[in-house]
Amino acid sequence: MILETDELPLAFLNGKPLVEKPADLYIPPDALEVILETFEGPLDLLLYLIKKHKLDILELSVHTITKQYVAYIELMKNLKLELAAEYLVMAALLTQIKSRLLLPVHKELEEEDVDPRVELIKRLKEYEQFKTAAENLDEIPRLDRDIFVAKALISEKVIPEALLPIVDMKDVLLALGDIMARAKNYTHHHISAETLSTRERMSHILQQLSETTEFIEFSSLFKINEGRSGVVVTFIAILELIKERLIECIQSEIKAEIHVQLVR
Amino acid sequence: MSSLKLSDKKISDEQLVEIVEAAIFVAGKPLSRMILKETVLNEFNVSLKRIKECLETIEVHYSTRGIQLVKVGSGYRFQASKNLSPWLSKLFQDKTPKYSRALLETLSLIAYRQPITRGEIEQVRGVAVSSHIIKTLLERGWVKGVGHKEVPGRPALYATTADFLDYFSLEGLENLPSLPEQQESKINQMLS
Repeated sequence: MILETDELPLAFLNGKPLVEKPADLYIPPDALEVILETFEGPLDLLLYLIKKHKLDILELSVHTITKQYVAYIELMKNLKLELAAEYLVMAALLTQIKSRLLLPVHKELEEEDVDPRVELIKRLKEYEQFKTAAENLDEIPRLDRDIFVAKALISEKVIPEALLPIVDMKDVLLALGDIMARAKNYTHHHISAETLSTRERMSHILQQLSETTEFIEFSSLFKINEGRSGVVVTFIAILELIKERLIECIQSEIKAEIHVQLVR
Repeated sequence: MSSLKLSDKKISDEQLVEIVEAAIFVAGKPLSRMILKETVLNEFNVSLKRIKECLETIEVHYSTRGIQLVKVGSGYRFQASKNLSPWLSKLFQDKTPKYSRALLETLSLIAYRQPITRGEIEQVRGVAVSSHIIKTLLERGWVKGVGHKEVPGRPALYATTADFLDYFSLEGLENLPSLPEQQESKINQMLS
């Protein structure tokens, strides 16, 4: 993948031929695209460069790495490869770190912001951690590669049984409520024949009154045990008799007992 | 609360073993004790404890055979003994899946750092996570969105699923290989 070549005009940087190429990084143009896909981003590339030099991340020589990294980026740019923005951001960060190291340290300012190297090292270490974790994950036995599930076939005659869910009482009541609400839309006003006839009651009252010549107490005409409808029927019967002038009501004084007698 | 009481029939240990064994074989997916209890065993009066004992009996029974009863993320399944894989893999040569580093790194981050947003994955990896990778992981059912992080944009939070555990034959996330150590102390040393 990576070829060592003799002195070849490698590329032109700002019009100057690039002689000082990273020895282990010369990549034939055809392979570059493949290489670019091989690296999982700038952190991966940086890790590669560090490993290539058998350097510890912690002994990161910003100068060497930046030089190599930038050379690599320039190389790709000269080959008109579209670079992911992340690679350029990293180049900028490395350059920033490098320039910072060249400048004299200002005590007051130094305390304020964090050394960008710390951040970079932290990110490199974290990335390396997950790069290894991914490699480990790849090693774990997995289905259809290392693990084969044992299965048996079931007779085709077996009819799938629909499992009946267990019904909660609350749901039953809610369903009932629904039905009741719908049923309400169909309710009729049932008109049924009177079980108690007003006519019959009228005759009954007349008969009661004809048995005596005296006044009968209004209240004695009602039979309480007939219930509400009985009382209503009796009352209607009395009103009917009054209207037809068959009976008459008298009252000695206000709020006194009403008396009824036949009209003679 | 009133529920229809079905689970009152008695069952012998032998019959229980037969039903459970057959159920796991034909189910085509791992079966948990609860699923066993609610499906094939719903007519019987068996406790989860008794099902566990039954599974242990089956496990012992198969310990000397080419297949084993194994507990994975979503339940129990039968699988070929691991030491037979070199030979068995010949049956499935064309099926062997291979995954890209990008996908595996993304999956590792979701597995170890869940719940995690796409942005957080990108932060560690230093590159954009392609939609294709997330889509593949979602389609395989290894990860799922478990909510949204309450930060501007409300990015989706991803976590691994029981299918992920099943695929890697893990009982739980604690069975994942431990994350490689970081040596923080050296950083400070270097900067002093």
